[in-house]
Amino acid sequence: MPGMSGRFSTVVKAKISKLLDRAEDPAETLDYSYQKQLESLQNVKKGIADVVTAKKRLQMQSSKLEQSVVKLDTQARQALSTGNEELARVALERKNVAQTELQSLDTQVQELEAQQQKLTDSEAKLRTKIEAFRTKKEVIKAQYSAAEAQVRISEAATGVGESMADVGLAMQRAVDKTEDMKARADAVSELEAAGTFDDLTQLGSGEDDIDKQLRELSSGAAVDDELAKMKAELGSGGGDAKQLEGGTEASA
Amino acid sequence: MIVRIAEDRQYELADDLHAQLNDLDDATVAAVDAGDEAAFRSSFDALLTFVRDSGTALADDELVPSDIILPPADISFAEAGADFTGEGLVPDPA
Repeated sequence: MPGMSGRFSTVVKAKISKLLDRAEDPAETLDYSYQKQLESLQNVKKGIADVVTAKKRLQMQSSKLEQSVVKLDTQARQALSTGNEELARVALERKNVAQTELQSLDTQVQELEAQQQKLTDSEAKLRTKIEAFRTKKEVIKAQYSAAEAQVRISEAATGVGESMADVGLAMQRAVDKTEDMKARADAVSELEAAGTFDDLTQLGSGEDDIDKQLRELSSGAAVDDELAKMKAELGSGGGDAKQLEGGTEASA
Repeated sequence: MIVRIAEDRQYELADDLHAQLNDLDDATVAAVDAGDEAAFRSSFDALLTFVRDSGTALADDELVPSDIILPPADISFAEAGADFTGEGLVPDPA
């Protein structure tokens, strides 16, 4: 005998029994089940749309951060070439933060991409099951007595109900993940709002709170390395600068 | 017996594979009980691989209830704690 235990099995079973609750008239149960299945399919579509929206938002933030990285890098170079090492350091520290955020955003975009793909696959499978159920319910209605029909319905509805519950769980997990990512995206927005990635030339003189936080946030060693590298590039003349770009593994 | 891997599909497995399936399930429970995430990953992967390799995938238009439902492949260790307890997801032989 199937002795389903575990949370997944339990949730799936609960959803199916809810589906089969209205079991007085077999024909009515069949139509009701089918109606529920179509609703469930609509929900999956909505779920996919939500994931796509979340993904687009992250992608927008990601491209904004990319621009910030380029801008802050340029500003650091400019600052250094005019001898303002302090400003160059601040710019690099901010670039460092932006890059870290960028990496995490890119990972999340990929994760959402995978979620979207999975839900799309599930939707296609569920659609096939529902279509099979539609065919079967007409056969059951036409060919079986009420008592026999009850057994057939329960089997067919459980089969498709299980798939519905499964997609439901997949959606729930996707929503949970999307929520986590929204929180992350909000955190980046806050950094943006706080002016972390703003144009440094528009800042007043002196160090603000954000600068101090950034010092703590970003790894001083990485910034020192990059600053030294940038100095070397500028020192050796603009012509050689390109060769060093991207060489993050430069030893200290 | 019919085994569903959540967020994947249903597979039909020969009934005489039940003991093997149960052993893999028990190993997964043991790993969860021991709080050993690496062991959990490998035993859970082995469980899913066993189902996929020794089972036959059911067509999408078949309407059959499953005897056993396994969690999705990307389940987290924390989520697994709620599922793999006691006799696990595969009932022990009577």
